Amino acid sequence: MSKDHAAPQGVGRKVRIGAGAGFSGDRIEPAVVLAESGNLNYLVFECLAERTIALAVRTRLKQTELGYDPYLDERLGAVLPVAVRNRTRIISNMGAANPVAAARRTAEIAAKLGLGPLKIAAIVGDDVLPQLRDRDRQLIDAPGTVLQWQGELISANAYLGAEPIAHALAAGADIVITGRVADPSLFLAPLAHEFGWKWDDWNLLGRGTVIGHLLECAGQVTGGYFSDPGFKDVLNLANLGFPLAEVSADGSAILTKVAGTGGRVTEATCKEQLLYELHDPTRYLTPDVTADFSTVRFAEIAADRIQVSGGGGVARPQSLKVSVGFREGYVGEGQITYAGPGAIERGRLALAIVEERLKRLGHEILDIRSELIGVDSVQAGRSPAEPPREVRARIAARMRSRAAAELVGREVEALYTNGPAGGGGASQCTKPVVAVVSTLIERDEVFPRIHWESVT
Amino acid sequence: MILRDIAHTRSGDKGDTSNISVIAFDPASFPLLKREVTAEKVKAILGDMVQGDIERYELPDLGALNFVLHRALAGGVTRSLALDIHGKSLGSLLLSMPIGDAKTG
Repeated sequence: MSKDHAAPQGVGRKVRIGAGAGFSGDRIEPAVVLAESGNLNYLVFECLAERTIALAVRTRLKQTELGYDPYLDERLGAVLPVAVRNRTRIISNMGAANPVAAARRTAEIAAKLGLGPLKIAAIVGDDVLPQLRDRDRQLIDAPGTVLQWQGELISANAYLGAEPIAHALAAGADIVITGRVADPSLFLAPLAHEFGWKWDDWNLLGRGTVIGHLLECAGQVTGGYFSDPGFKDVLNLANLGFPLAEVSADGSAILTKVAGTGGRVTEATCKEQLLYELHDPTRYLTPDVTADFSTVRFAEIAADRIQVSGGGGVARPQSLKVSVGFREGYVGEGQITYAGPGAIERGRLALAIVEERLKRLGHEILDIRSELIGVDSVQAGRSPAEPPREVRARIAARMRSRAAAELVGREVEALYTNGPAGGGGASQCTKPVVAVVSTLIERDEVFPRIHWESVT
Repeated sequence: MILRDIAHTRSGDKGDTSNISVIAFDPASFPLLKREVTAEKVKAILGDMVQGDIERYELPDLGALNFVLHRALAGGVTRSLALDIHGKSLGSLLLSMPIGDAKTG
């Protein structure tokens, strides 16, 4: 099958790679538009946030055939027919805590749609929970060690790099499904595979990482998360087009989107996304390379076409980062609205009443926060120059048990008949808390491998 | 003049660390940004939201600054009780920063 892929040939060839999702809950249709009209070699879906994998591990424990992305069926059901017809290969971390089950499910979906033959690779080996239980390790973003952390240890996933994905592509995979992989590595893998980049050519790996980083949040580089009316206007965000890059063998690229879609690709949108979630711009660490973003340049060569050049890298970090998930009780939350003169005073009284009720009920409160939305919920200790016509009081608390956390919302609801005048629209929710912290693991303790599924 | 008149910002999160990029609309404004938008002034606007240090990186090729704010997300996205757990709104708060004084501004 691999010989049929729409891989470009010859000198000056370009690889066209698109981003079909920037997070699990992202819109589906822009990916279908990209698959339909992007003339893509690869379509990549980044769907796995830090805490998602820890929650997915718990799902897998209860149901061994689940634990992958909840939107996999919907997303691949919509995209696969178009992608297979256009010979576009798909790469995604929708495997979450169970890439093998995700690959199996993908094969079922493809078979049901009458698509095939297809080779589907699942990249496994990111789950390093046994290694962490065997030997305690220092945390890198919090004090103490893994085994000293309060809360129940439920997941540990090492960030894998681009190499296993590239191996799967070289072995002819039409679809590659991973668990925890560094986001830009999902994009670097097909570039390294297509152009034959060596795994110690740090400058090329750094440039490929720049391209991956620009694409990994999908609409965030085409005008999403950008518009500020009157200052940064973006048209037609309801039909936002997702990005694609036309990448050259030297690691430079043109970033663009499908004509006719909403949004815009400009130097400004590219600069914002380049610096997104970045710390030291000269040392962006991934499993593949220590990338240097500080020398990247953008130039507008036409409307919605930005030339990306520069960037580089030095040797990759010696060890791999591991996201470690802990159960830490439950958060209960309640909200209620007050309006008219004295809205702030009644809102504050409501919050004080709920806090006192929670103390009276006697459950241990691990953490608590109360605020007035529209006044001081983003930044505490602020008061408005003019009293607002309406406020929404919000209180959230972390408790040991679900039952105790549910009391927060119930006490807010009880304000209807027991609280200040005119409280309306009470709402509540309760959710489990998964704390995610990080540690490091040596590369020789991690064993990525490929599991194959096929559709005949 | 406030920061919003000469620059745009974007906030990102990793664990309990936030970063805010401050990018000049016109690269010619970069020296002004460098002079005016200091870590101290960022701290003055965000106050107690930032419990740790603030680092500033300069990107002259892009006409941009990048601020890294440690212990700024109420314990991190996964544990925070805040409404805006990611601190997505921090960069927008920064746009209110006064630039220049009454005489020059």
